[in-house]
Amino acid sequence: MMTQSIVVQVGQCGNQIGCQFWDLALKEHASVNKQGIYDEALCSFFRNVDSRYDDPVNISLSNGKGRIRALKARAVLVDMEEGVVSEIMKGPLRDVFDCKQLITDVSGCGNNWAVGNKMYGGQYGEMISETIRRAAEHCDCLQCFFILHSMGGGTGSGVGTFVLNLLADEYPDVYRFVTAVYPSGEDDVVTSPYNSVLAMRELTEHADCVLPVENQALVDIVNKISQAIPSGKTGKRVYSTSNIKTDSTLTAIDNTTCRDEKPFDAMNNIVANLLLNMTSSARFEGSLNVDLNEITMNLVPYPRLHYLVTSQSPLYVFKDVHLPPRRLDQMFTDAFSKDHQLIKADPKHSLYLACSLMVRGNVEMSDIRRNIDRLKPNLKFIRWNEDGWKTGLCNIPPVGQPYSLLTMSNNTCIRDSFTSLKDRFVKLYKRKAHIHHYTSVDGMEMGDFSSSLESLNSLITDYDQLDKSQGVETLVSRLQVAS
Amino acid sequence: MSMITVQLGQCGNQIGGQLFSTIADDITSTKHMVTANKNREYGEEVVRRYFNTPEKSEFVEARAVMVDMESKVIAQTCQEAKKSGIWKYPDKQQYCQKRGSGNNWAHGYCVHGPNVKDKVMEMVQREAEKCDRLSGFLSLLSLAGGTGSGVGTFINEALRDEFPHSFIMNQVVWPYNTGEVIVQNYNAVLTLSHLYQTADAVVVMENDHLHKICSQLLDIKKISFKDINKVVCHKLASVLLPACDSQEIIHSGMLLHHLVPHPEYKLLSIRNIPQMSAHVMEFSTFQWYGLIKHLRQMFLADAAMEEGIDWQVKTGNDTPRGSVRHNRSLANMLIVRGKDVESADHSLFLEDKLYSSWTHPDLAFTKLSQSRAFNQYEKCAALISNNRSPTLPLNYIVDKAWNMFSSRAYVHQYTKHGLTDEDFMDSFVTLEQVLHNYKKL
Repeated sequence: MMTQSIVVQVGQCGNQIGCQFWDLALKEHASVNKQGIYDEALCSFFRNVDSRYDDPVNISLSNGKGRIRALKARAVLVDMEEGVVSEIMKGPLRDVFDCKQLITDVSGCGNNWAVGNKMYGGQYGEMISETIRRAAEHCDCLQCFFILHSMGGGTGSGVGTFVLNLLADEYPDVYRFVTAVYPSGEDDVVTSPYNSVLAMRELTEHADCVLPVENQALVDIVNKISQAIPSGKTGKRVYSTSNIKTDSTLTAIDNTTCRDEKPFDAMNNIVANLLLNMTSSARFEGSLNVDLNEITMNLVPYPRLHYLVTSQSPLYVFKDVHLPPRRLDQMFTDAFSKDHQLIKADPKHSLYLACSLMVRGNVEMSDIRRNIDRLKPNLKFIRWNEDGWKTGLCNIPPVGQPYSLLTMSNNTCIRDSFTSLKDRFVKLYKRKAHIHHYTSVDGMEMGDFSSSLESLNSLITDYDQLDKSQGVETLVSRLQVAS
Repeated sequence: MSMITVQLGQCGNQIGGQLFSTIADDITSTKHMVTANKNREYGEEVVRRYFNTPEKSEFVEARAVMVDMESKVIAQTCQEAKKSGIWKYPDKQQYCQKRGSGNNWAHGYCVHGPNVKDKVMEMVQREAEKCDRLSGFLSLLSLAGGTGSGVGTFINEALRDEFPHSFIMNQVVWPYNTGEVIVQNYNAVLTLSHLYQTADAVVVMENDHLHKICSQLLDIKKISFKDINKVVCHKLASVLLPACDSQEIIHSGMLLHHLVPHPEYKLLSIRNIPQMSAHVMEFSTFQWYGLIKHLRQMFLADAAMEEGIDWQVKTGNDTPRGSVRHNRSLANMLIVRGKDVESADHSLFLEDKLYSSWTHPDLAFTKLSQSRAFNQYEKCAALISNNRSPTLPLNYIVDKAWNMFSSRAYVHQYTKHGLTDEDFMDSFVTLEQVLHNYKKL
C-alpha cells in the first residue's frame, strides 16, 4: 500500500497551478496505466468513486482488478473570489472535483494578507477544516499535504498560510510541503512585499519544506523555451504529449482538455511539473525510491532552513521533430546552470548545504554516479556535508520524454532572493505606506509586521553565517579512546 | 542445520531475493564438475539449509522473513522469486506497512521498531518451527536507509533476546561514499554501534568496491543495483554454501565460531577470486597456486579485487618502529570450490605475520573445500577474514558523522523521535573503541 497526499490549492495562482498539476498527473497515469485500472499509483493522489451517489463513496483498491469508475482528485480548492474556481468547474477538469471540495467567496482579499489570513481565516476556518477533514478521512495513510499558493496577493498568501497553520495544528504528523510563488521585483501589486514577508513568517514557522518559485524565473524559462522551439511551433504545449494512447478511461478526460493557451499556462505548467517530478518516485516504481518524507530528512539540516531551490531539465522536448534525445550528461549540466533554476539565483556559485537529484526514466545508478563525480569539483558544499547528495530513481519518465531530472537543493543563494524581498518590504515599511489597510483588519497588529521582518532577518542571517563560515567553525576533534 | 534469513528494508529484501536466486540457480546448474550422485547430495544439503520443502508443492520455500515499511519492494521480490519456477517465499511471512521510515534511523528504531516487533517475531518463530535444527540467522540490511537500519537494528535486538543460543550473522551494505542518503553516516553509526552489541558477526560490503568489481571485472557498462546485488550474493553464497574442513561439513555457526574468537572483533570481510563475466570465463583457465597467491596478496594489500593489487606490500617490510603496512587479521578462512580442490595448497596463509601477534596461524586459519563447482566457475576461492580492512570505511563514516554531529546538523530530525544526544555519544564511543581495537591488531 502506498501513502496518500492531499493538495490544497489556494487563490488564483494556486488554483491555476493545481489545475495544471491534475491535468498533467492524469496524462502521466494514462500513459502508464493503459487498461484504466485503479491502481496504487493512482491511489496516492486520486480516489476512485461511484459517482452515482450524491456524496460519492470510495471504491477501494482491489489488488489491481477494479476498473476506474470516476476519479476524484484528493484536493481542496480555496479562493476568495469565484473566477478561477468556477472556470475550473466549467472546464474539462470539472469531473475531477466535486462541489464539496470547493470553498469560495465573491469579494476577494484586495491584495491584503490581513484580510485573507485574519478576516477570511476566521470566517472560513471551520469550513476549511471540515473540508480538509473529509478529504483526510478518504485516505488510509495520509502522509503529505501540498499547499500551493502565491506570496504576493492576498488570498494565496493570507488564506494559504492560514491553512498551513491549521494543518500544523490538526495534523502535526503529516508533512506540509508548500509551493510558494514569489512576486518579481517589478510586481504590479504594490503591497506584495508586505504580503510575502508576512506570509514567510508562517512558512518559516510551520512548513516542513518550502519550494519557492519566482515569477521572473518562470518568465525567463518560458521565453527561453519559446526561443528554442522553431518558429511556427510556438504556442505548442511545453511538454510533448504525443505518445498518449487515447483509448483509456483516463485519456477520455484528457481529450477534452485541449484548449487555448493562456498567458500563465506555460509558467504554471513548469511549477506543475515540479510537483509531478517531486512526487513521481512516491507514486511509481523505481530502483531507488524516494519517499516524500526522505526529502525533508535529507535536505533540511536545521528546522527553519527548509527552503529548497529547485531546477528541472530538460525543459522541453520537440514534439514533432524527431531529434535524438538530448545527451544524458547535458541534462545534469543544465540542471545546475542558472537558467534552469526556478528562482533567480545561482546555486553553483553559492554554498550547498545539501542537494538531491531526482531522476526519472531509463537511467542507471552508474549514470548518476558519473555525473555527481563530474559536477562535484565545481560545486561548493558545506564542510560537514561534503558528500551531501541524495539521489532518487523512478523508472517512469514524464510523458513523451526518455528521462528527466529534478534537483532540489538547500543552498545559501536563497538568501539573495530573501534579501531583495526584505529591501522592498523595508522601503514601504519605512514610510508606513498602506499599513492602515492592514491594521484596520481585526486581529492584525503592528507587531505582526515587526516580528515578520525579524523572522525574515534571522533567516537571512542564518544562511549568511553558514555561507561565511562554510561550516568550519563548529567542527570539534574526534573522541579519543584512552588506551 | 538450517538458517533463517531475515530481510530488512528495501536493500535487505533485494539482496535476500538475489541470494536465494543465486543459490537456487547454483544447485540447478549443470556445470557442477562432480558425479551426479554427489551433486544430488550437495543439492539436498543446500535445500535443507536454506529452503523448506512443503508437501504437495512444486516450489521449495525460502526460509525467510521479510520486513519493510512499504510494500513495493517486498511485492516485487516475491513476484520475481515465483517466476523462477523453482522457489518462492513462504506465504504470510512478509511484514510491511504503508509508511516508510524516511531515511530516519530514529523513526525506524524508536517508532516503527516497537510497533512491529511482536508481529515480526511471530513470523520468525513460525519459520523457526519449520526447521528441524535451527543454527541461526542471517540478517540482511543496509546501513544507509531508515527502515533497514533502524527497524533492522530493533529486530536484531529482539532476535538476540528470543534466540539467545542461535548465532546472528549480519550482512550490511556499506553505502556509497556519496549519493544515496545524506544522513547515511548518522544511520550507519547508530546501526553499527547497536549491532556490535547484539550480532555475532557483521559482514561488511562496500558499495564502492562492489561497483568497481562490476565495472572492472565483470565489464558491465551500465551498472544497476541488480548487478551490485549479484556480486554481494556471489560473495555471501561462496561462504555460506556447504563445504568441509578435514573432517566434516561446516555449518554457518561453526564458521562464526572460528572467525570471531574475541567479542571485541566482529567485522568480517569477504574476498573472492576469480570474478569475471561469463564471456571471459569461457576462455580462461586457472591454477590453484595462482588463485591462492593472488588472494593472499589481495588480503595483504587490502584490495577488494584481483585487478590492480599493490604487489609491493609484503610481510617483510615492517617499519623500524615495528608497525606494519600490510593487512593483518585475527582469523582467516579459505574456502575453495571446484575442480581438484585437493591440490589447492593453502600454506601461503600459514605465515605468522598475517595474523595478530596474540594468535597463531594454526588457530587463526582454516581451510574448507568443496569439489562441487560454484556459480559456473570451474575453480574459485573465497577468503573470509576478521581483519583490519573494514576500519578504513568505518573511520570515514565516523569522521563524517562526527563533523555533522558537532555542527548539530540534522540532529533535530532524530531527537524528534525520542533519540537523545547521549545516544549519539554512546554510539560514537562504541565505534571509536572498535576502531581503536582493530588498530592494535
